[in-house]
Amino acid sequence: MNIIEIKGISKTYDKDTMPVQALNGIDLVFQDGEFASIVGPSGSGKTTLLNIIGGLDDPTEGNVLIDGINITSLSGHSKTAFRLKNIGFVFQSFNLIPVLTVRENIEFIMQLQGASKQGRLSRTDELIEAVGLVDKKNCRPNKLSGGQQQRVAVARALASKPKFILADEPTANLDSKSAENLLDIMEKLNKEENITFIFSTHDARVMKKARRIITIEDGKVIDDVIKDKIMPES
Amino acid sequence: MKFYFILAWRNIWRNKRRTLITTASVFFGVLLSAFMSSMQEGSYDQYIRAIVNSYSGHIQIHRKGYWNDKIINNSFLNDGNIDSLLHRFPEVTIYSPRFETFCLASSEDVTKGVMILGIEPLAEDKITNISVKLYQGEYLKKGDNGVILGSRLAQFMKIGPGDTLVLIGQGYHGSGAAGKYPVRGIIKHPSPELDRTLVCMELQHCQELFSAPDLLTSMVIMVNDNEKTLPIKMALTESLGDDLEVIDWMQMNQLLLKQIDSDRAQGVITKGILYMIIAFGILGTVIMMVAERTKEFGVILAVGMKKRKLITIIILETIFMGMTGVITGVAASIPLLYYFLYNPIPFTGQAAEMMLQMGFEPAMYFSMAPSVFYEQALTIFIFTLVIGIYPIFNIRKLQIMKALRS
Repeated sequence: MNIIEIKGISKTYDKDTMPVQALNGIDLVFQDGEFASIVGPSGSGKTTLLNIIGGLDDPTEGNVLIDGINITSLSGHSKTAFRLKNIGFVFQSFNLIPVLTVRENIEFIMQLQGASKQGRLSRTDELIEAVGLVDKKNCRPNKLSGGQQQRVAVARALASKPKFILADEPTANLDSKSAENLLDIMEKLNKEENITFIFSTHDARVMKKARRIITIEDGKVIDDVIKDKIMPES
Repeated sequence: MKFYFILAWRNIWRNKRRTLITTASVFFGVLLSAFMSSMQEGSYDQYIRAIVNSYSGHIQIHRKGYWNDKIINNSFLNDGNIDSLLHRFPEVTIYSPRFETFCLASSEDVTKGVMILGIEPLAEDKITNISVKLYQGEYLKKGDNGVILGSRLAQFMKIGPGDTLVLIGQGYHGSGAAGKYPVRGIIKHPSPELDRTLVCMELQHCQELFSAPDLLTSMVIMVNDNEKTLPIKMALTESLGDDLEVIDWMQMNQLLLKQIDSDRAQGVITKGILYMIIAFGILGTVIMMVAERTKEFGVILAVGMKKRKLITIIILETIFMGMTGVITGVAASIPLLYYFLYNPIPFTGQAAEMMLQMGFEPAMYFSMAPSVFYEQALTIFIFTLVIGIYPIFNIRKLQIMKALRS
C-alpha cells in the first residue's frame, strides 16, 4: 500500500537572488512498512527532500501525498496538526527538551495530541521498554549518553503512533556501538510493528540495514534499489 | 495545562544565575517600592489624621451656605433632632456642637481679631484632644465662663491664666456682643494659624455672648473608620433635608488633598522609573531566553506543537520570573513594614521643628494598606504581560526551517 507519493518535487532556494536548485523533479513512492534510506553526498538534497516529505518545508513545484492527502496544499495550522498525527521525527542532534525527563519527553507528544493520562502512561512505558531505557526513565537528557538520547528521540517519534518516521542522519553523532544498537531497535520496530522508517544518511551502517536505498545527486534520484532487486523507475 | 506550567517553571531555572539575578532585581524593586509607598501612604494618613483630629472631624453639619459664607447668621437651631439622628448610626463615635465666629479681643495693651470657638468641653476634647495641647493653666469645665487661648495669641496679647480677656463683636442678626472672660489656660495648637487666633469658650456662654441661644454653626462628627465617612455623609444628607449641608473632611481640606495627589504623582513617576529599569532587566532575560532556544522552538514546532501553545509557555515563563520576584519581595516587605508601622522613624532637629510648626507629629509613619502590596504585584504583572509581546512576535514570525538550521 502506497503511503507516500512524491510527484515532480523541485526546490529552488533564493529564487530571486542567487537561485540554488536543491531538488529537481523528484518522483518517488514509499510503501507501508518500508525501511528506506536516502543517500548521497553533502548538498545533494537529502535533507531538503526529507523536510518536504515531513511538511517542514514547501517545494517550489510538485506535490507530496500522504495517504492520499496533498500536504503541500495544507495551511500552516493544518500542516502542524497533520505532522502531530501522522509523522514522527528523529533529528541528528537528538533535540530533546532538556528540562524534561525521559518519560516526560516521550509523553510530551501525547500531551500535544491531548491523549488521556492512562493512554499516555501505558504508551510511554511500552516505548521506554522498547528502546531499553527503563532504568533511565526519570533521568534528564544531560544524564544520558548520545546513543541513549537518540533512543529517547526514537521513542518520542513513535509516541504519537505516526504513519512513518523521518530520521535525518540519526547516527551521525553516535559511536559505532550506539549506532548499531539504535539501528537494531529501529529495525526491530519496523519488522515487528510494521513502522515505516525513512532515513537521510551517508552512514554505511544505516545503508547496510536499509532494505531500500535511494541515491540522490544534484537534486535528482540517480538510483533506487531494493536489496535483492532493482526498483522500476517511479 | 498543568504540563505547560511545569515546563515553563523548569525552563526559567535552566540558567539559574540569570534567573536569580532577574528575580533579585524584581525582589529589590518591589521591596523598595513597597517601602516607598508605605512611607507615602503612612504620611498621608498621618496628615489626614492630624487635620481631622485637630479641627475638622470626619463630617460637619452646617446650615446650607455656611461653609462658603461663615457668618453667624448662617447658623442653625440645635433642637435635638440631629442628636437623635446621629444616635441611629453606630459608626458615629462622637459628635460635638460648635459655635464659631470672629470678633475683636482686647487685653490691657493689645487688640486683635480672633476666632471664637464655642464648644462643649468634654465632647470637643474627645474629638480634638484639646486638653492634651494645654501647656499652661487648666482646661474648661462644664458651665465654665472662662476661655482658653492659643499660645501665640496669648504671647501677642501678653496675657496668661488668671488674666482677663475682653471680647467685642457683632452678635446674631446685628446685635452687639461684648463680654469679659477670665483666661483659664493656654494651648499649643499644632496649626500655626489657629495657635495665633483661637479663643475657646464654653458653648452656652458663647451663644449668650453672641445672642444666639441654642444656635450652632456646626456639628462636628467623628466616625469609627475613615472609610465610613462617605456612606454616613450620604445617609445624613438624605435624612437632614435641604436646609442643612453635610460636608466631609475631604471637602473641608481640599488643599491638603491636592498636595497629597501631587505628592502621589511624584511617587508614581519615581516608581515608574524604578519599574522601567526592572522591566528592561526582565526583557533582556526574555530576549536571551528566546534567542538561545530558537532551535529548540523549531524542533517543538516541527513535532507538532502549535505556535499558540509555545507562546503560552514563554509568557508563563515571563510571568513566573516576574511573580517570583514579586512574591518574595512582598513576603520580605511585610515584616519590615510591620516593624516600622509600630516603630515610626522619629525626626530630630530642624526637620522635627518644621513638622511641629506644620502641625504634624515629628515622625515618619508607615502604612500597611493592602494597596501598598497589591499595586506592586499588579504593576509587575502588567509589565510582564507587556514584555510577553516580544516572544509573541518572535514566535509568530519564526520559520521552522530557519529555526532548525540555527
